[in-house]
Amino acid sequence: MLLVVLACLLPVVMVISIGVGAVPIPASEILTILFDRLGFGSGVINDQSALIIESIRLPRTLLGLIVGGSLAVAGASMQGLFRNPLADPSIIGVASGAALGAGIAIVLGGVLFAGMPSLLQSYSVSILAFAGGVITTWLVYKMGTGNNGTSVATMLLAGVAINALAGAGMGMLNYIADETMLRNLTFWQMGSLGGATWELVLICASLLVPVVLFLGRYGLVLNALLLGESEARHLGIDVQKVKLQLIFLTALAVGVSVSVSGIIGFVGLVVPHLIRLAVGPDHRILLPASAMLGGMLLLAADMVSRTIVAPAELPIGIVTALMGAPFFLSLLWQQRKRIA
Amino acid sequence: MESVKHSASNTLEVLGVGVEVDGRALLQGVNFVLKPGEVVSVLGPNGAGKSTLMKVISGERKPTRGQVLLNGRTDWPLNHQALMLGVLPQSSSLSFPFTAEEVVLLGRIPCSSDHEENRAIVRAALEKVDGLHLKERRYTTLSGGERQRVHMARVLAQIWDECVHGQRYLLLDEPTSALDPAHQQLTLKMARQEADQGMGVMVIMHDLNLAARYSDRIVILKNGQMAAEGSPHQVLTPHIIRQVFDIDVSVSNHPAYDCPLVVNH
Repeated sequence: MLLVVLACLLPVVMVISIGVGAVPIPASEILTILFDRLGFGSGVINDQSALIIESIRLPRTLLGLIVGGSLAVAGASMQGLFRNPLADPSIIGVASGAALGAGIAIVLGGVLFAGMPSLLQSYSVSILAFAGGVITTWLVYKMGTGNNGTSVATMLLAGVAINALAGAGMGMLNYIADETMLRNLTFWQMGSLGGATWELVLICASLLVPVVLFLGRYGLVLNALLLGESEARHLGIDVQKVKLQLIFLTALAVGVSVSVSGIIGFVGLVVPHLIRLAVGPDHRILLPASAMLGGMLLLAADMVSRTIVAPAELPIGIVTALMGAPFFLSLLWQQRKRIA
Repeated sequence: MESVKHSASNTLEVLGVGVEVDGRALLQGVNFVLKPGEVVSVLGPNGAGKSTLMKVISGERKPTRGQVLLNGRTDWPLNHQALMLGVLPQSSSLSFPFTAEEVVLLGRIPCSSDHEENRAIVRAALEKVDGLHLKERRYTTLSGGERQRVHMARVLAQIWDECVHGQRYLLLDEPTSALDPAHQQLTLKMARQEADQGMGVMVIMHDLNLAARYSDRIVILKNGQMAAEGSPHQVLTPHIIRQVFDIDVSVSNHPAYDCPLVVNH
């Protein structure tokens, strides 16, 4: 039921997202242009609108959809794996590692990537961000894994320590950066979908769509994991294997997302919560519903970010934090009441 | 693997199991057989190794020595084992607001039946533990005893069907610890019924009289070793109880059933 509602809302939000901006484009015109490009053309096309849609709004909307959906599904998976509704993907260190990687690229990239092909140089931030995210996740995973398998509790602690270490690294980079770098660093850490190009959309889609679909198949497994790891094992699930797969897929989802859009917080935390409040904790619904709602919420946040201080843009991370933080606090408030 | 050849393959067999952690023996030379159709209780003071034994049997923990043969094999794939071995842990960390019905439905994960069939089984399993009225309730709002019964139903639902791979066994770790007296009786009666219909049931518990009443055999562990094994009449004697539990008791015959009745001094 919820899935049907979300699936119906999704195209509506997409069309609104394409329409909103410095030059507003009415929905009817958007549909005419999109249908024309898909080969069912009939109406008269406004070339300027078509250009705006094709080269700016459509790739940006698609990127927002993919990134938002991936972050939300990654969040839902981590909350399931850690059996903790307050977990989010940064718990495995992937976000802070990605930030450090991006920081290295921004501050030291001129030196590191000198003489490399220009394609590599133009994506150096994304590449190092992704590498940073995957390396920290791997470290956190290794720290948590001993003879008796992986302890999520130890991973949690290791995550805190590694986040602090990455934070110190970022501090060092801030210290040695010049003014422009500092500005780039700051903006990257606040996230943006402004860098959307068709190239990026294609790279992201080809990596993230399969990852999200894969994660979507872990619904039953995550349900079983909520009972506890040994209970899941008694139900015939190879818990150690599944844990490794979930962590790998989440690191991939978040690593790629962060590397193209910077740090966008709270989507991974808030979206699965909203879904759980509506339909309960069943991951078979939670995962696909989170993917859709995550995409929509990020598009909504992006619309705010590019209109509220137009013609400038407010970094999207500020918008999601402004929406997410009060929500998070209200969750804590409720939990506190329940414990008391 | 001599023992594999000699063992009857339709049993759950614990062969010379030992577990050591940092040079300390948690279990040592534990041997017993659980046959389909019988209820075996495992008694012993705290720290005797009861739960460790349970973990070894369920495959959660590798024994340092010896082995456990489930229907003649040690190396069942996890998804096959799940159809033959239902394990009820002492407590569960579930903290998400599934309904009781959804929790029991999780027990059907390893099974290949369709949704309608699963729902019917979940219903019947909840009925068995006197939990049908809890069906729509959120797990997180249930009391400790109600939760324990819901998990009991979940484990029953898991091994509900006859299994092509072999006999089915039910391992219960203190299933009555959070229950009121009526539900303690009900739970053990149900375990007894399952055994009468062909399952092998192993129950860890602390209540000597419940064990006496419902078990075919009793295994007593102390300091990781088997202190006694046999029928309730053989095992529940003042002498053995004094040795193992360090309490003085009188044992008489139960006025209504053919089993010993233990009275504390």
